Amino acid sequence: MADEPDFDVVVVGAGPAGSVTAHRLATAGLSVALIERGEAPGSKNLSGGVLYGRVLDQVLPGFADEAPVERRITRHVTTFLTPDSAVSLDYASQRLAEPVNAVTVLRAKFDPWLAERAEEAGAYLMPGVRVDQLLTEPAGEPGAVRVLGVRAGEDELRARVVVAADGVNSFLARDAGLRGKEPLNHLAVGVKAVVRLPRSVIEDRFGLTGDEGAAHALVGDCTRGVGGGAFLYTNTESLSVGVVLRLDDLLASGHTAAGIFDHLVQHPGLAPYLRGGEVVEYGSHLVAEGGLAMLGTLATDGLVVVGDAAGLTINSGLTVRGMDLAIGSGIAAGDAVAEAVAAGDVTAAGLAGYRRRLDESFVGRDLRTYARAPKFLERPRMYGAYGELAAGLFHDVFSLDTTPRKHLAAVARTALGRSGIGLRTVLSDGWAGVRAL
Amino acid sequence: MKAQTIPERLGANRYEVDEEESHIVVDQELCRTTGTGQRIIAVCPAGVYSERDGQIDVEYAACLECGTCLAVAAPGALTWRYPRGGFGVRFREG
Repeated sequence: MADEPDFDVVVVGAGPAGSVTAHRLATAGLSVALIERGEAPGSKNLSGGVLYGRVLDQVLPGFADEAPVERRITRHVTTFLTPDSAVSLDYASQRLAEPVNAVTVLRAKFDPWLAERAEEAGAYLMPGVRVDQLLTEPAGEPGAVRVLGVRAGEDELRARVVVAADGVNSFLARDAGLRGKEPLNHLAVGVKAVVRLPRSVIEDRFGLTGDEGAAHALVGDCTRGVGGGAFLYTNTESLSVGVVLRLDDLLASGHTAAGIFDHLVQHPGLAPYLRGGEVVEYGSHLVAEGGLAMLGTLATDGLVVVGDAAGLTINSGLTVRGMDLAIGSGIAAGDAVAEAVAAGDVTAAGLAGYRRRLDESFVGRDLRTYARAPKFLERPRMYGAYGELAAGLFHDVFSLDTTPRKHLAAVARTALGRSGIGLRTVLSDGWAGVRAL
Repeated sequence: MKAQTIPERLGANRYEVDEEESHIVVDQELCRTTGTGQRIIAVCPAGVYSERDGQIDVEYAACLECGTCLAVAAPGALTWRYPRGGFGVRFREG
């Protein structure tokens, strides 16, 4: 019999996935170490900033009243942008305020709060520690390994189960052979600035009152036509603005990520919102975009993978999600690991409850619902031709230049002809879109 | 919002630079022969990589630790890991 482990569970990474897993396990009475490479939780973490937080209420009821969240999103605007035009779908509703549906967060402020809740439940937080590799021993099958703990520098920490919550680059999942190199159409680079502006200016510019917030998503010329999009979110006293660029398309375009970000913030469609703002931080994050197709094996002997490390993201075209899925996976993993430890079976078979719970939860269901979305969103017309088409159509509708008016159907036919997209292509994209989204 | 160069924009960030070791090492030969050099220059938002006299320069202190360079690099052309615990970028906003 091996030596008694130092902890029941070692969780690597104190982001939403790791902290929720740790909270769940500590609450169940297990001994848990929560290791974080940053000097404090959140100091290495960055996201666009919208948390669809209803799932967190399952763990921490009413969290939005307690946690350092920025604004409650009551307005979602989706915009097709061309060099000189913008066509938007603008949805604003008080119904989004209560119960709270989505909030903006700044991760350096939000993540420490969440990690504190895990500590409060009994988890032992170890900040400033970089885990270098897994401690393993050969398991039954040739090449297979059993995970025994982690190594950080000279130190070893042994556990019955290790939870890899170490983010999209997950060196631990790779170390265990659960993840290989992702194809570039499954990955995107997010580039973001936080721009400080007075509270009243933000509220006036975006038409907000109190702690209401707006989330703008944009596609088209904001990325110079590169697959992906841009976002503009309101925080309490700042804006989060950035681009997300699919790597295969970015490399093919000949543009640089930094150059496209510059183009975005100077774009006439966005610049007025940012006017007079001061950049207080500039950051980036690798984004998993593969959806269900990217989800690999989530457990092996003595190891489970959660959150970004498992590739858990959904881009539905209108909403881009990661943190809520991370939290959902943390709940599923926490419950399954507690069950496996109690049963004394932490092999891949003993930990299989994690995948089962995940598949049954909204995470698995939504991943399946949007399984076709990534492929659909690779269709290039989304990032150029359709924006031009819509802009042309509305220009014809609103530009009254004394030429005789035509019925809307005729205007649409003209705009379509001018766009060079065949009707057959529009119908194909439309049908694929309806099925994928 | 004023137009800014990348270094100007990074100037607002806080870093705890590891003066003793770089967390990034490039294989110049492989960077050239596989095209990795041009790819990592294109994707890095922080301008960590640049080319001078056919060599890839690495300004590791500016790294935002996203890992995008590693994702586009050919096997072996780039050794990239996280900085040692407590070092590197320190987001105050995120």
